[in-house]
Amino acid sequence: MSTHNSFDEQFEFTGKVKTYSLAAIAVGVITILAGFLTGAGERTFANLLLMGYYFACVCMAGVFFCALQYVAQAGWSASLIRVPQAFAKTLPFAATLLLVIILCGLYFTHKTTLEPGGEEVVAPYLYKLWALAGVTTPGNPHFDPIITGKSVFLNRPFFITRLIVFMGSYAIFGWLLVKYSEGEDELGGMFYYRKSFTISCLFLVIFGFTTPIFAFDAIMSLEAHWFSTMFGWYNFAAMWVSCLAIITLTIIWLRTQGYMQWISQDHLHNLGQLMFGFSIFWTYVWFAQFLLIYYANIPEETVYFVRRWEPEFKPWFWLNIVINFLAPLLVIMSRDSKRKTNILAITCGILIVGHWLDYFMMIMPGTVRATSHWYTEISVLEIGIFVGFVGLFIFTTLNALSKFKSIIPKKHPFLQESLHHHI
Amino acid sequence: MSSTKYILGIFDDPDELMHGIDKLQKNSVPIYDVYSPCPIHGIDAKLGIKDSRLGYAAFMFGCLGGTIMFSMVYYMLVHDWPINIGGKNAFAIPDFVPVTFEWTVLWTAFGMTFTFFFATHLFPGRAPRVMDLRATNDKFIIAIDAKGNTPHADITNLLKEAGAVEVKHNDRKYVSYE
Repeated sequence: MSTHNSFDEQFEFTGKVKTYSLAAIAVGVITILAGFLTGAGERTFANLLLMGYYFACVCMAGVFFCALQYVAQAGWSASLIRVPQAFAKTLPFAATLLLVIILCGLYFTHKTTLEPGGEEVVAPYLYKLWALAGVTTPGNPHFDPIITGKSVFLNRPFFITRLIVFMGSYAIFGWLLVKYSEGEDELGGMFYYRKSFTISCLFLVIFGFTTPIFAFDAIMSLEAHWFSTMFGWYNFAAMWVSCLAIITLTIIWLRTQGYMQWISQDHLHNLGQLMFGFSIFWTYVWFAQFLLIYYANIPEETVYFVRRWEPEFKPWFWLNIVINFLAPLLVIMSRDSKRKTNILAITCGILIVGHWLDYFMMIMPGTVRATSHWYTEISVLEIGIFVGFVGLFIFTTLNALSKFKSIIPKKHPFLQESLHHHI
Repeated sequence: MSSTKYILGIFDDPDELMHGIDKLQKNSVPIYDVYSPCPIHGIDAKLGIKDSRLGYAAFMFGCLGGTIMFSMVYYMLVHDWPINIGGKNAFAIPDFVPVTFEWTVLWTAFGMTFTFFFATHLFPGRAPRVMDLRATNDKFIIAIDAKGNTPHADITNLLKEAGAVEVKHNDRKYVSYE
């Protein structure tokens, strides 16, 4: 059945998609420049952080996907593993980009207010609540006892070190997994598979314990007075669902371009099941975080949801639940819809935009705050930067994919199982 | 007139069993059913078995369980005996979600299990009806309704040719009634 597939087929990154992705990057760059030139610096930085974080998260979830397949000794995914491997290959770039955005946000300052209507201070563009100069010095007009209590953890050197160590280690594991898989193509046998298994186990332990802290650092510390222990898992669910949606969409697109013809409805069905299941998981953790805060009703905790319940953010708050929970629940619950490529592709699109909105709801109400109307919360700036990063993502990952000598790991020990996958 | 009710082709290997099914179908011998101790890939399509509708039953039961629990909590906490909990409204929907969710899951699981028992004529304590006990252990069995499928000797030969280790002519359908 699969004998007429060429396993030496290499992905060629040319044509329309290359042009369009470069055009999208140009749109993004112009929007960023326009954002800074029109004085919307803080909002531009918040958007850069959003997309930089989204980009890095999708790439690290790509490493997670690969590691998960090795640890579970899963066979079905062997023939599509090059796609998440391409994401893993892009992680060093994405991590560097996020680091640059965060460092610029920390070290460039501008005049702003800490609270709406408060006095003007010269504060960093990002993390102004805890990174403001003098915030931990007693006697300073900006002294903040809560932040001072957290400053053992939330201080610039330790914060930056954590980001570098975490993302650096994920990138190293991703690089090793890709290297082993490419070595396997040359050598065959079980040697590299066993090595991949071992480092995947190690990676999952490290990843599981550090991603919550990574989410606390990158996103939760924007509102440094508030904390939630569910936040890390909530972010993990978001990155995992969005990564699955992007993997699925990439595979569907590659199939329309004539690549990966060995991928059948059964593989897409599996990916659809994962997307469906983890959308429910996302809702579960989202609600777990909400319910405890709602039920305990302690002011320093509820303030988080009060900001998201302002009339400017309320429609987006509800839309977030509708498109990230109800849409996958109702659309891809049945077996038939998971096996229809068009429906699956539409659901992927909904989830990719949906988790952008999810990150938007995590970041904007605490940084940019409410503007004038709910419909001005998402403006040309948000859309332009989103388009720019989509272009950047497509360009970098497809470029990484085209660097593989073959688009299938041709000597993967479970390859035959994957080619004859049937559910 | 022969007293044989069912002809059983007993195989050691699922691949040979699949081969046997092909042979019987080529000779237009209708197959009553196939029994196997483990799932065999692709056998549903080969025998023309429709997709299971168990998922729809599970969905219905889930909806039913969620609705019952939501109505129950509503009746208790809003209608019959409102209690002031932390100054919140009596009808505080987020509070209702965990139990509603749990009952949705519980009813889905139980509903699916009982639907499966009902459809397969099983229940704890009931002796299962099987045509040959070894189909639950290490043998793969094709059952052919003997009535109207003649001559029996030809079917026996077909099965033997396909690799059946044994062919049985049973006078009764099941070997184990309770």
